[in-house]
Amino acid sequence: MTSHVGLLLVFAALVSGAFAVLSRDDVREQGLFALRLFGAFVGAAYVLGWLLYPLPL
Amino acid sequence: MATPVTRSTTSVSPYVVCAAAWAVPGAGHFWLGRSQKGFALLGILTVMFALGLWIEGRLFPFEFTDPLVGLAALANVGIGLPYVAAKLLGAGVGRAVAATYEYGNTFVIVAGLLNMLAVLDAFDIAQGRK
Repeated sequence: MTSHVGLLLVFAALVSGAFAVLSRDDVREQGLFALRLFGAFVGAAYVLGWLLYPLPL
Repeated sequence: MATPVTRSTTSVSPYVVCAAAWAVPGAGHFWLGRSQKGFALLGILTVMFALGLWIEGRLFPFEFTDPLVGLAALANVGIGLPYVAAKLLGAGVGRAVAATYEYGNTFVIVAGLLNMLAVLDAFDIAQGRK
């Protein structure tokens, strides 16, 4: 349990779930919102990771 | 189509509900009849806190000479009784040389902050705003 990506995925899943539960009332909406948020977390992590890849210049 | 949720208030003081919501993640929502949210919050936040400790995260001391350490300690306390239990069991010492130390800190801190958010949500529900 020391993989950066593994921990990133677990963290994103847990935080997405908590936000979805707090911000949506319907269970189906919670699930869809959690999935969207999870995708956004993971996508943003990869995009930022690649943008920062050349640093330090 | 979303199911309309009945707005409800409780005869109990919202502050008592908040105290329960802080002490046990999800308890405020249980109290207010939002069992699904209560179960989800209890599961997610407890797992997140426990996972953070398991991967060698630290429960920070209240040392405000270093503001970030003090703020992290406040965030840690946000999870409620699991924090007290962890302290009593001697967990959360943290091992700074562990590869997962910073990740563990993040899990534990964010679990506390999310529980504070759940407390505010329970307060809004108790006030009839949601």
